[in-house]
Amino acid sequence: MKPAPFVHHAPRSVDEAVAVLGEVGHDGKVLAGGQSLVPILNMRLASPGHLVDINQVAGLDTVVVDDATVRVGALVRHTGLERHEGAYAALPLLRQALAHVAHPVIRNRGTTVGSIAHADAAGEMPTILAMCDGVVEAVGPAGPREIPWADFFLGPLETSLAEDELATGVRFPRFARGTGTAFLERARRHGDYALAGVGAAVTVTGGVVSGVRLGFVSVTDVPSVLDLTDAYAGQEPSAVDWASSADAVADAVSPEDDIHATAAYRRMLAVELARLALTEAAGRAA
Amino acid sequence: MTTSMFGAPVARREDPRLVTGNGRFLDDLGHDALAAAFVRSPHAHARIVDIDVTDALDVDGLVGIWTHEDLPGRVGEPLPLLIPHPTLTHGRTAYALAKDEVNHVGEPIVLVIARDRYVAEDVAQLIRVEYDFLTPVVGIEMARDATDLVHDDVPDNVSAHMFQEVGDVDAAMAAAPRTLELDLSIERSACMPMEGKGVYARWDDENGELRLYSSTQTSTGVRAAVAAKLDLPLAKVECIAPDVGGGFGVKINHPWPEEVLIPWAARLLDQPVKWVEDRREHFTSSAHERGQLQTVKVGFDDEGRILALDVKLWHDNGAYTPYGIIVPIITSTQLLGPYKPGAYRVEFWSLYTNTVLVTPYRGAGRPQGCFAMERTVDAIADELGLDRTEVRSRNFILPSEMPYDHGLLFQDGRPLRYDSGDFPASLDKLKALVGWDDFAAYRAEAEAAGRKVGLGIGCYVEGTGVGPYEGGHIQVETSGRVNVSTGLTSQGQGHETVFAQIVANELGVPIEDVHVTTGDTRRMPYAVGTFASRAAVMSGNAIALAARTVRAKALRIAADALEVSADDLEIVDGDIRVKGAPGTHMSLGTVSVMSNPLRYAFDEAAKAATQFAGSNDPSKPPVADDDEPGLEGKDFYSPTQATFANGMHAAIVETDPVTAEIRILRYCVVHDCGPMINPMIVEGQVHGGVAQGVGGALYERMVYDESGQLLNASFMDFLMPYASEVPVIETDHLETPSPLNPLGIKGAGEAGCIPVSAVIASAIEDAEGFPIRSMPISPVELWELRQRHAAGDWPSLRRPRHTSSSPTDTQEDR
Repeated sequence: MKPAPFVHHAPRSVDEAVAVLGEVGHDGKVLAGGQSLVPILNMRLASPGHLVDINQVAGLDTVVVDDATVRVGALVRHTGLERHEGAYAALPLLRQALAHVAHPVIRNRGTTVGSIAHADAAGEMPTILAMCDGVVEAVGPAGPREIPWADFFLGPLETSLAEDELATGVRFPRFARGTGTAFLERARRHGDYALAGVGAAVTVTGGVVSGVRLGFVSVTDVPSVLDLTDAYAGQEPSAVDWASSADAVADAVSPEDDIHATAAYRRMLAVELARLALTEAAGRAA
Repeated sequence: MTTSMFGAPVARREDPRLVTGNGRFLDDLGHDALAAAFVRSPHAHARIVDIDVTDALDVDGLVGIWTHEDLPGRVGEPLPLLIPHPTLTHGRTAYALAKDEVNHVGEPIVLVIARDRYVAEDVAQLIRVEYDFLTPVVGIEMARDATDLVHDDVPDNVSAHMFQEVGDVDAAMAAAPRTLELDLSIERSACMPMEGKGVYARWDDENGELRLYSSTQTSTGVRAAVAAKLDLPLAKVECIAPDVGGGFGVKINHPWPEEVLIPWAARLLDQPVKWVEDRREHFTSSAHERGQLQTVKVGFDDEGRILALDVKLWHDNGAYTPYGIIVPIITSTQLLGPYKPGAYRVEFWSLYTNTVLVTPYRGAGRPQGCFAMERTVDAIADELGLDRTEVRSRNFILPSEMPYDHGLLFQDGRPLRYDSGDFPASLDKLKALVGWDDFAAYRAEAEAAGRKVGLGIGCYVEGTGVGPYEGGHIQVETSGRVNVSTGLTSQGQGHETVFAQIVANELGVPIEDVHVTTGDTRRMPYAVGTFASRAAVMSGNAIALAARTVRAKALRIAADALEVSADDLEIVDGDIRVKGAPGTHMSLGTVSVMSNPLRYAFDEAAKAATQFAGSNDPSKPPVADDDEPGLEGKDFYSPTQATFANGMHAAIVETDPVTAEIRILRYCVVHDCGPMINPMIVEGQVHGGVAQGVGGALYERMVYDESGQLLNASFMDFLMPYASEVPVIETDHLETPSPLNPLGIKGAGEAGCIPVSAVIASAIEDAEGFPIRSMPISPVELWELRQRHAAGDWPSLRRPRHTSSSPTDTQEDR
């Protein structure tokens, strides 16, 4: 339970960090909150020769809310985003989901961008990025680039971020006016990785449903969005029986067996949580 | 005295130190020590072909690498089998470092010592071990099947086969109007103390002395075992248990390989060496418990009275049996709980598997036994359509029948004879606490809201305070400070507090003046250890006896000095005074001065005891022939048998109609451990026990795959309940004294965890309307059981669900 030897780098700027990443190549890992990385190191499941610790890099710890998006810097801790009133007002789904990210002490240290870059299928924030149609901002030797979420997540724990690129922030676009959201998940114990989690966003325009989006945690390989707008558009939200989403949800998820639950159970749970989350989100939609 | 300390909810005296980070645990010691790490087997069953250390030798900071062939003499012999038993015909223990063969993942093969733990682990990673694979035997069915063997020379994988019968079971069963059979199973779990094991050894080469610190539940046991292994005189070995961050049983087994190897290496290197277990090591290299398969056949009459009970147990003892077969013996005897079983026959097979060894974990076989018995009693109630508490009542041993001898031998080799207990009164309290008779209305209300709830119950009896003995030593300093020592160890239970309460009470001194030391062989070399809910009963009584000796001596000396009869004296707040004439008095500290005739006055108080200070009688020696200097006393308590505590729990659970998630809405405990020394500490023990019981009932299991890999060897995947999973625990107490010991007390340490699996199973069964035969149970398993039940592949209960006040047939909603 002690890590193998590594070189610790503490760059002061994004450029410096990117330069170090370029030097150490595949032997380097970025350390932000360390809540996933450090246990992996201690168990020697990974032994990178270089840790590029970005905690001293200036300018990465801000949350910026504007009319269109919530932008979260790479050093913003989950807790910081969770408690950010502006972010909550702009995009309540963030706080709704962040409350399910592990436990408070982990949220105090772990970063939202780090969680997204880690791309764990059981992570909440990658799914939220997808539900919001978000974008990852990265800086590499050739300068900055933006990566839409759909191009970012390639597989479990796998992203399109290059070895010499640093994810410096993410942008969560705000939902259309009239959107209600909800996020529900179930774990064996409070704060554990979800057996299944579901986020829902229901938009109501002029008294009828105009948008329905679902996102899933722990039941898909990579974050994916199920858009059910066509199925419900034009209906009065209070008249919708959201249990009718069951087949679509069951088809959209591809859970696997593990020691905590079977695939069949997780699928059932996703279907049930989708019903509950849609009901809750519709209730909040204007 | 003015206030009695015995029975007072005194705040734990150890807490300010422990909760402010000022505890001194093993890893807080020895910062100058070298660090050890181990190469442990990644395979469950294999022969070791070759160990290649070539790549490891050049690592900077390496001190040494040792394998079995490097271990001299007794260090290289198998570890001791601590508790032999006539039926343990094929006991096997491991070597400190594996010799030729490994029998579970995690078994130590190579010892590495280096400058620090980081380097030691770097080295361990570079050592290559070549294996020849053998078929791993995993799970009780495979062990029982015995197609493959764990140990070549152990036929059928059976370490022990034990049989006890009272009465003629076959005849009673044949004559019983009704019979039922149940197949039951319980999964493995483990103690999981917050602090794992740890050993730190210092060798004093000039004096040829070893000082050993271990995070152990028995410092005297470790001392004796290490002295024997290292061929050292006992007088040259001292063992100290510092603050210990939990034990729960796993630290009573000894010596662990590390407890032999670390002192051995410290002496060899003439340098301090330390090893601190990490969590992964704890999962795969210490001990588990609980795993059993059970079959029960019960014969009973139409009123639900049990006439015959025939039980077979298959107990998974893991790869080795260093702690003997204590666990299945306890299951097979304590299974009977508060009931008269009629004729009783129990047979168990203790089986080897290629998994981590099994030694007692809080409850120590009782949760399994309680589960078997309580499932059986619930099944009888269901069969007859009787209230579950009614069937229990009809089978209770009554207070008038105490002491009650079951005619069986208990784990201490002594008769299973209950000393006291009032089971009907306990049940009445429990029913009132949980609202048993009002539950039907509660359920009706819940069901009207679309919710599914159930009520469960479980009763147990627990033999506590087993021998052979413990001792207490008390010495009063001239300042009035009272030093108390007892040899058994503490793992955070509150011994410093309750032992001080006993002394304050017996001696009549302020509790602030009492200072307790535990688990230090320098202070009390004769002791057994902390296990089997025995500390309060054993050391508590020994300390009380020692305090009475001190008190008698103090009164004798004071009576002499004050020229009164000792009978007229009392001790209040450390002051000895004449009853009714408090003006005539002297402090206990002064008595201490007078008890020790001095030649040299080292301070003002000491002057009074010097040769020219007072009226010495020149015709008598300063210390009488039949006396000793000093105000101190030592005594031992050694009981003829265990004292039996008991308890009854009830729970209301809710199961989600869709997701089968299980929530405990209420958890009620009625507990009887005799007079409570400190009710707050008893309460805490019960809470902790219930928390561990909830883990065993709903969350924890050891997930081995067929190759013997433990798939959930971390706190991420081994689901110990968090505070968020543990319900509020409501408690009530009975205090039925034990006639067996001076304080009339019984043990409380394990109580809380014993019936929890039985209670939760009972409640889920009640909510769902079909039997629960296997624990723990997860939402997935309950969900699957529902599907099997719906498909006609799993039976319904026969009776209506719990309907104390309004019996109705609710079969239709199954």
